Amino acid sequence: MMTLKVNGQNHEINADPDTPLLYVLRDDIKLNAAKFGCGLGQCGSCTVIVDGNAVLSCVTPLLLLEGKQVTTLEGLGTIEAPAPIQRAFMEEQAAQCGYCIAGIMMRAQALLQKNPKPSDEQIRAELELHLCRCGTHMRILRAVHRAIRLMDTADASSATAGSAQ
Amino acid sequence: MIGSVLAALVIGGAVAAFAIAWRPAIAAIDPPVPQSFDAALVKRGRDLAAIGNCNDCHTVRGGKDFAGGLPVPTPFGTIFSSNITPDAETGIGRWPEAAFRRAMRSGVNRDGQHLYPTFPYDHFTNVTDEDDRALYAYLMTRQPVRAPARANQLPFPLDQRVVIAGWKLLFLRRGTYQPDSMKGAEWNRGAYLVEGLAHCGSCHTPRNVLGAERASAQFAGGDVDNWHAYAINAQSPAPIPWDADALFAYLSDGWHPDHGVARGPMAQVVSNLSSAPESDIRAIATYMAGVFGAPTPDRKRRAEAVLAQAKSPSVQASEANAVGASIYAAACATCHGTERPLPYGGVNLGLSTALSGPDPRNATNIVLSGVRPVEGERSPIMPGFATSMNDDQISALLNYLRVRFSNQPAWPGIAKTIADARRTQTLFLQTSAGPRNAPADATQRDKP
Repeated sequence: MMTLKVNGQNHEINADPDTPLLYVLRDDIKLNAAKFGCGLGQCGSCTVIVDGNAVLSCVTPLLLLEGKQVTTLEGLGTIEAPAPIQRAFMEEQAAQCGYCIAGIMMRAQALLQKNPKPSDEQIRAELELHLCRCGTHMRILRAVHRAIRLMDTADASSATAGSAQ
Repeated sequence: MIGSVLAALVIGGAVAAFAIAWRPAIAAIDPPVPQSFDAALVKRGRDLAAIGNCNDCHTVRGGKDFAGGLPVPTPFGTIFSSNITPDAETGIGRWPEAAFRRAMRSGVNRDGQHLYPTFPYDHFTNVTDEDDRALYAYLMTRQPVRAPARANQLPFPLDQRVVIAGWKLLFLRRGTYQPDSMKGAEWNRGAYLVEGLAHCGSCHTPRNVLGAERASAQFAGGDVDNWHAYAINAQSPAPIPWDADALFAYLSDGWHPDHGVARGPMAQVVSNLSSAPESDIRAIATYMAGVFGAPTPDRKRRAEAVLAQAKSPSVQASEANAVGASIYAAACATCHGTERPLPYGGVNLGLSTALSGPDPRNATNIVLSGVRPVEGERSPIMPGFATSMNDDQISALLNYLRVRFSNQPAWPGIAKTIADARRTQTLFLQTSAGPRNAPADATQRDKP
């Protein structure tokens, strides 16, 4: 039994220490934003934020999360009050099938928290390991740039909603 | 009397030192027009530049090709690579071919200044006039880039270039490669390339306190950019002995099923070699297979056992290191512990030279940083774990991997290695665009 802190809430988890975080998020806590794509850390669709860093939850065993804060896409905002990154992706219609988008949004969020003004080159390099098979890459890039502008102008409340630990 | 002898000695010494150190400038020329070079010569120069890995040091990550400025850390200080584009003011645009050849042969620039041996002219001195001509033609037909030299960061007296003349006196053996008539043409071609332009020993041979390669320990393993360059002679720590076929495949494709994927500084090397002529890669493989030597019967037996174990892994009973075992199971085994072959799966770690070698830096670097995908290219990838594991967890994992997958004693000082790697890899993680592969499209290879 261990305590896992996700989106600000503590969860008592009964699972083997080598269980991937992704399985716990989806099966035990029923947070389905993070997706199972390849299960090998090669596609990025399972990306969540742990202590401010983008992490591939399919290759992150539970035992590495003792005392850490996990943030999933659900922790950033809601449909009624989307976080800047979520609003930007909706406004740019960056999702086609959407399977990869939750992971991409989380890595972009982690990047923007560390570096609020990344260059286009830095964004591309950061997102390089994410696969999108629908081909909305250009919209995804536009969405990240839009998120940069939104975060710059967002009022305090939505900025808070968009901040992951 | 004594006074005049002393005076004579001092003057004589000064004259001798001057004679050793002084090199004349070679007159500048107007930059030649690209069309003045024969296209076939340029193409040959391009292939040779790939073998020489020139773009690796002479290009900043994400910067313009051959424009220099890359900081090269050495035990003596940081030296910045030079601009070898044909820019008239900041590159080699005003260099005649004779000046280029002199730089390759004896490490002197057009002005007559000695060049630091980070530019490996101790190897390039072996290159023939003909090949220097082709390299010159290739470089002089590149896009000129205005990029002034960056000042080296060296302490006195190493910042005085005259010091280099003394280094050359001790360590530079001039003269082009002399073929060994007892060996075949392919072997000789390989020896010429390995000892010359490909300068393999620059990383794979350990250096002495003055930064020169130790001739008595050729290919016994060296250091490069916080990575260990493995021994590539009879002391090779590879679990499966290398042979000519494996070397050829690895140097052409960047990976081999029995050895894994080239990464770290070697990634750029194989990325360049993948576009070099097949016959030259074959020659390098033939020569190096001789350097590795035929494995002893005992080594062969051990290799067979490792391969058999890798093909049908036995279930591990009890694990002393539960944390390491759990991390391996969840984070590594999904790729490295399946029977999915390379390049789609990860190499079975029983075959990993990083784990069986004496130096833990490579395994540490790779766990922290992974293998970054190359933008817009097909390339091997592995996620890095720097942000998801703390030092204790990485230490537990590495200790587990070492015990389980090699028959070697535990690495000493692993905690310090991890701390050092984190410090040095931060830079890598932030800036790496990774190696840029040569054109995957084979038809591109014929273009200069």
